[in-house]
Amino acid sequence: MRTFHFSETAYPYLPPEDEYASIRVTLPNRNYDPAKGAALYDRYLDEWQIADEEGLDVMVNEHHMTATCVDPAAPIMLGILARLTRKARLLILGNPVANRRQPVRVAEEMAMIDILSKGRLECGFVRGVPYEILPANSPPLRMNERMYEAIDVITKAWTSHDGPVSHEGRFFHHRNINIWPRPWQQPHPPIWISTTTPSGAKQVGGRGYVQATFLTGFDETRKIFDSYRAGWREAGRGQDIPVNRLAYAALVYVADTEAKAHAGAEKLLWYMTSNKVPFELCYPPGYMSQGASLQVLKGSALDQHAANRGNATVEKAVQAGIMFSGTPETVFKQIKRFYDHVGGFGHLLNMGQAGFLEHDDSVHGIRMFAREVFPRLKDTFPDMAISGVEAKKGAA
Amino acid sequence: MTAKRTTVDVAGAKLEVHEIGSGPPVLFLHGGSGPTPNAPFFATLGAKHRVIMPTHPGFGGSSLPEWLDSCDDIAHIHLELMDKLGVAKAALIGASIGGWIALEMATKTPERFTKLGLIAPVGVKVGSVDKLDIPDMFAMPPAKLQAMLFHAPEKFKADLTKLDDDALMGMVKAREMLALLAWEPYMHNPKLAHRLHRIACPTLFLRGVSDGLVSADYTKAYAKLIPGAKVETIAAAGHVPQIEQPEATSSLLAKLLNT
Repeated sequence: MRTFHFSETAYPYLPPEDEYASIRVTLPNRNYDPAKGAALYDRYLDEWQIADEEGLDVMVNEHHMTATCVDPAAPIMLGILARLTRKARLLILGNPVANRRQPVRVAEEMAMIDILSKGRLECGFVRGVPYEILPANSPPLRMNERMYEAIDVITKAWTSHDGPVSHEGRFFHHRNINIWPRPWQQPHPPIWISTTTPSGAKQVGGRGYVQATFLTGFDETRKIFDSYRAGWREAGRGQDIPVNRLAYAALVYVADTEAKAHAGAEKLLWYMTSNKVPFELCYPPGYMSQGASLQVLKGSALDQHAANRGNATVEKAVQAGIMFSGTPETVFKQIKRFYDHVGGFGHLLNMGQAGFLEHDDSVHGIRMFAREVFPRLKDTFPDMAISGVEAKKGAA
Repeated sequence: MTAKRTTVDVAGAKLEVHEIGSGPPVLFLHGGSGPTPNAPFFATLGAKHRVIMPTHPGFGGSSLPEWLDSCDDIAHIHLELMDKLGVAKAALIGASIGGWIALEMATKTPERFTKLGLIAPVGVKVGSVDKLDIPDMFAMPPAKLQAMLFHAPEKFKADLTKLDDDALMGMVKAREMLALLAWEPYMHNPKLAHRLHRIACPTLFLRGVSDGLVSADYTKAYAKLIPGAKVETIAAAGHVPQIEQPEATSSLLAKLLNT
């Protein structure tokens, strides 16, 4: 198993929650102090460097116009990390290519990072959460189709080496694709896609990309992974799906005592408790299927963020499988239980810093995980194990 | 009097078309919340006219071809629909984005339209670059949108718990289609303003006095782009006066159609 440390690089110094309508999209940036923001960038980069030194991989993500994740250009952050880190795999999860107008530019950025890091890029693509729609100004309909066409353009750009090629598709039109540099890794860097629905995962499985899912807990994650495997098999990729095609992101905090771990874990919960977003930003038209939108109108939809906000105690979050927290022994057992329940996964994406979890505590969590938990995970869960064979049925 | 429903195949779209009344043909193009063929307004209009009400592709019972993504596309579809129905010439009425589609049609074949009635149409950009001409309906709470749509928002609020799945799905589709057609540029086609001078038939703009989406200034500037166009204001109405004040709206339109 591989483990990627990540932080959403939040800016947590905000006025009281009742003084604003939304932490995303509309919160005025006069609340952002550039000096405090610069200090935060420094420490978040330091933490990624420490994760690298401790033998972990690193992950960055991207959101726009929000205090929850002040990384609106993840390729810039990853370009910095390409030079600051030495061994870590560099995962970007990901490029919101349904919202970016120039997939060829994305192919160029990713090729640069792959060259700068000498082949350490893990290149993720995401459709983007609903709150990204207004900032991106991009039409919320047909996003999935746009995302996949963009990935096709990017893959074409990465793998064409004999002069200009072209693309005249449904959403993208390019007369001259001939990127410099080309990627270090051949034929191209590994492709990841994050999705939190079974129908999305089936499509990812059909293409054989790495599937990542975020905070979906015990039973939803199993459904998503089952669906990925079904898509993989239906596409004729074979019966056996290695665990290294699957990734799970959770809030993770490890400390040398249960009390200390609990205190750190509580601070991580900021990621969920702070996510105050009004209805109209959560449900842009056409983002969900018509059937799912109908359920929202009827008031009977499962709102994952509302569910997560409702799970915002350490105990509930651990119970739901969206957080692993405690001493090394406790955390190892929690992860093993989750791993067995969902049928295995090859990549653990650790949100090891959020909100007001200060630098020293974040570093303590990273080191405790890397030194006391990670070696056992590597021994117990080999990368090439076959997923889904021991999936346990029944409730968590 | 209930509207009669048929379907017509046009350019890969299966179009739902409602008709009511008899007399000279009037093509009515619905707005962004979808078709309401059995509203009292249409029965009144149908007393002296054959009112033809196509459902735009993607709304209600009309299918959505994959290639379609603009009001201009729908204008082409409805012109072809007129051919299929054997309607060479007609009066044309459109509400909100239906008004936008009507104007796209009228700029293409001005000779086919005898009268033009536009109820709170969107479709052009006339104001400052620093402000949306039409407030962003996709970024506002549902209650605020309701208040912008109606003079008496509480009276016209739909009780979602009492609507069946078909009606709710109609709302879902309408909101999606509005986003598909009017997302960017928001609620307008930058080319349309430069084509409106071709329109030569009598043209009337109607605006509800409490319309929070389409302002009086916007309507006035829009009308100026069409030679001889007039503007009338309807009291105690918002963005959908044909629903909120059907009698006042139909009598103003009757005057346009019958003179």
